[in-house]
Amino acid sequence: MANIQQEISGFLPEATFVEGAILEVAVPDAKWHELALYLRDKLHFDYLVSIVGMDWGETMGCVYYLTSTADNSQISVKVETSDRENPLLHSVSDIWKSANLYEREVYDFFGIRFINHPDMRRLFLRNDWVGYPLRKDYNADPAVNPIRLEHEAVDDVTHAIVETEKGTLEERTNTIFAPEEFVVNIGPQHPATHGVLRLRTSLDGEIVKKVDVYCGYVHRGIEKLCESLTYPQTLHFADRLDYLSAQQNRHAVCLCIEDALQIEVPARAQYIRTIMDELMRISSHLLFWSTFCMDLGGTTAFFYGFRDREKILDIFEETCGARMTFNYYTIGGLMADLHPDFQRKVKEFCAYLPAKLKEYHTLFTGNVIAQQRMKGVGLLSREDAISYGIAGPSGRASGWACDVRKNHPYAMYDKVEFNEVVRTEGDVYARYMVRLDEILESIHIIEQLIDNIPEGDYAVKMKPIIKLPEGRYFRQVEASRGPLGIFIESHGDKNPYRLKINSACLPLVAGLDPMCRGGKIADLIAIGGSLDYVIPDMDR
Amino acid sequence: MEVKIKSMKYEDFKDNEYIEQLIGELKASNTNVVVGCLDELINWGRSNSLWPLTFATSCCGIEFMSLGAARYDMARFGFEVARASPRQADFVMVAGTIVHRMAPVLKRLYDQLAEPKYVVAVGGCAVSGGPFKNSYHVLKGVGEILPVDVYIPGCPPRPEAMFYGLMQLQRKVKVEKFFGGVNRQEKREKVFGK
Amino acid sequence: MFDFSIVTHWIDNLLRSVMPGWGALLVEFVLVGVALLLLYAVLALFYIYFERKVCAFFQCRLGPNRVGPYGIIQSVADMFKILIKELISLNHIDKFLFNLAPYLVIVASMLAFGCLPFGRGLQVIDFNIGVFFLIAVSSIGVLGILLAGWSSHNKFTLIGALRSGAQMVSYELSIGFSVLTMVVFAGTMSITGIVEAQANGWFLFTGHIPAIVAFLIYLVAGTAETNRGPFDLPEAESELTAGYHTEYSGIHFGFFYLAEYLNLFIVSGVASLLFLGGWMPLHIPGWESFNAIMDYIPSVIWFFGKAILVSFVIIWFKWTFPRLRIDQLLKLEWKYLLPLNLVNLFIMVLVVIYGLHF
Repeated sequence: MANIQQEISGFLPEATFVEGAILEVAVPDAKWHELALYLRDKLHFDYLVSIVGMDWGETMGCVYYLTSTADNSQISVKVETSDRENPLLHSVSDIWKSANLYEREVYDFFGIRFINHPDMRRLFLRNDWVGYPLRKDYNADPAVNPIRLEHEAVDDVTHAIVETEKGTLEERTNTIFAPEEFVVNIGPQHPATHGVLRLRTSLDGEIVKKVDVYCGYVHRGIEKLCESLTYPQTLHFADRLDYLSAQQNRHAVCLCIEDALQIEVPARAQYIRTIMDELMRISSHLLFWSTFCMDLGGTTAFFYGFRDREKILDIFEETCGARMTFNYYTIGGLMADLHPDFQRKVKEFCAYLPAKLKEYHTLFTGNVIAQQRMKGVGLLSREDAISYGIAGPSGRASGWACDVRKNHPYAMYDKVEFNEVVRTEGDVYARYMVRLDEILESIHIIEQLIDNIPEGDYAVKMKPIIKLPEGRYFRQVEASRGPLGIFIESHGDKNPYRLKINSACLPLVAGLDPMCRGGKIADLIAIGGSLDYVIPDMDR
Repeated sequence: MEVKIKSMKYEDFKDNEYIEQLIGELKASNTNVVVGCLDELINWGRSNSLWPLTFATSCCGIEFMSLGAARYDMARFGFEVARASPRQADFVMVAGTIVHRMAPVLKRLYDQLAEPKYVVAVGGCAVSGGPFKNSYHVLKGVGEILPVDVYIPGCPPRPEAMFYGLMQLQRKVKVEKFFGGVNRQEKREKVFGK
Repeated sequence: MFDFSIVTHWIDNLLRSVMPGWGALLVEFVLVGVALLLLYAVLALFYIYFERKVCAFFQCRLGPNRVGPYGIIQSVADMFKILIKELISLNHIDKFLFNLAPYLVIVASMLAFGCLPFGRGLQVIDFNIGVFFLIAVSSIGVLGILLAGWSSHNKFTLIGALRSGAQMVSYELSIGFSVLTMVVFAGTMSITGIVEAQANGWFLFTGHIPAIVAFLIYLVAGTAETNRGPFDLPEAESELTAGYHTEYSGIHFGFFYLAEYLNLFIVSGVASLLFLGGWMPLHIPGWESFNAIMDYIPSVIWFFGKAILVSFVIIWFKWTFPRLRIDQLLKLEWKYLLPLNLVNLFIMVLVVIYGLHF
């Protein structure tokens, strides 16, 4: 850490540092682009995890979280501007491709515009939305933004602010779709978009020329809502983000808060959390298999996947009392102890599933049609995966070992033995196989833990009102679709000053365009299915 | 007169008063026998063949999928053919949060449905906004933009609850009138005054 | 075995005795038309139910079981509903073509349906180019699909229609060639002639290798012709919402829906006609008592039994295989099936010339 600090201060003397769990560097905006290049090329911080837009009252800005894929060290960079009327920062979208959507998100929520960003449109909200909702002075009066039932105008040109060589700023327009292009609107209501994602797709016959992603059709404003809730209350939203990795999401929020409070979670809770996380992962991957096969037209597979997923839901239901939104983890432990049947049922399930997986492979994986539809389609190189921030199973299918469970172990993951499934093909087939193989690894993890759950408390007693010490906290867990990061900035109050959810799914759709180009419409569906995004997770 | 459906006993439903009130309205309008029988036949067809639109925005959508999957199997009731095209669907299960950006899209989907069409609001979000009620971008229930026939509360509702709601919808369809006075379309115009 | 021509001749004679010849013909036309329509509707409804139940059992479900005993009148309820559902009139469409399209589809399948021999003597029209006529009318359907996609003023339907056009034109070739193979073997194009020729053994057995190859090609191409999975690209639900009939509602959609299932019956009916002996019972030369027992089973049951068996296989395809991509679909036809078919036809010709069959 000190080493990085020295190198940065050697490169940029005006940078200031705040030490913590993650080193924070504050740089002036003018030097930021330069430093970003240096960080990526010289210090190998090639993975931009997140850009957190911030409104600190007098100043506004961004906190960038970077990770080095070489040694998994993390660093954060803080850039701010004091101009609230027309805040401008320099874009890093040319350095990390994932910054493209992240910066649009910051613009959408805070009105900070990025110089040299090619595409400054709103990401989640309507074009005609008034105000920037995550600013502290946002006018939440419903009369300002009533429910509009007319469709928003679709613009095929975007506006960008470009810095000329003389150093002056200039507005330019970029064309997304030329008027003569055949643009098909896939979504927001379309059976293959897995929810309400809208893809405007330019076609040449059957061939996809360009995909433009529109998000926000289920943007629920969770981050803003969290700012007025106490910490235990914020937990409930985690279940509803990526509802297919509800337990892991909640784990992330709990971990982040527990880290800040420096609570030691009892061993029993740690074991149970790990088992629950893995069960959730299995259920999510089963659902992936079901829906992916259905996207490719193999309808029967859908029913088989759901049949086996129901068994996990039964296990969850006995202990947590719900089939989907479990509300099971709390700060400092768990909501309730395990059901007496839990261990027996989990063991039964672990014995049952591998045989079924073989059946899946005979039914679908081995099928000639399925193989032809999957192999060599939607190629994503390792470099692109890192640059777009496509982590999780999709990243691992491109040869990027990005499993948070291995790189920054939490709960019991450093004490159990499991393989990180990595494949190098980077196509749809690899993404499909990674997920199915991960089911086996998850079973392996559960089998190691299930008989050894220690007796003892399942939770630490916590006060109903929790106050986090002042500071910025960032914690990631490996959710079913990739790393889910929770950023909390606390000002010492009972509710977070800013809580940012860094979803694993937003980068996935950012990578949709390069993967789909040149493929057929059917490939677009297959690629979308193989990325397995969950829309409410990316829209929040 | 009772509204019978095969799947569940009349007494087991909770809000029979509402259905009885609808029947009362029907009786008050004096239908002749032939038309009444035809109505019954049509309503039998309609109520046993309610095709949902595949529409889901969030968590409830997954439960809606489980509803169609092996364990719950909504095909048993004739809800089998989930149509992806709104022209061919009979009702839209609004499963999940409806936000400002989605509202015009949902409205258009509803307009694209062919008559007779029904709306089922599934889950807390579609009923009232649910946990996101205070958000700047969430509708406080789909009732703000569409006429809702059945509300199914829950977060998300269990598949059994969804079945209960759908059976209520079946009962509601059974007391409609195709011929003569109390057509559904007119009633809606009265409600929404457009 | 009961010959239905006794009944039809009796009716014919009865009518001719009370009215002039043209009047009798007119009445017969109406009678036949009504009977065919009724059979068409009942069969389509049965097929809808049949497929739902079959796929439900493939998928560990129960399938419809609330409407009527075992849900057998589920599809009747569906049709009732579709009949009285609103027909949405759209702006910006070609209204004439839009309304014409579903009728074209249903007329095409109706005409093809009319050619099938349902039993001994139970055939609407029997002329010497029956097979030719069958292929000709069944290809009108694609016109309806193309028109539907084109006139709907919708990009999804257009893509679906063009896919359908490409697919139908390609697979029509395969169907044509595999039918031709069997025509060469039978030596006649008359449908009755083909059936009669199978009295002592179905073509699938007597024609051995080339007939089996033709049968397999026919099954694949027939599945493609009916737009069923794995070849359901024109209406690929996960890609194009509902394909070419996305914009159709009410009974117009009902026509497409019925025609889809009836085409399934026609394809399997023709398969049973050409390869499995039509309404001919299973005869094994030399086993006289066995043949006599088989003769007791009515010819109608033989025909429908065979057709439903073939349909079951096609339904099985649909619920097992994932969908092909458009380029793979065309590749399969032009690179594999077509050459194979030509070679097969050649072999069949040799088989016929040298009398190498049973």
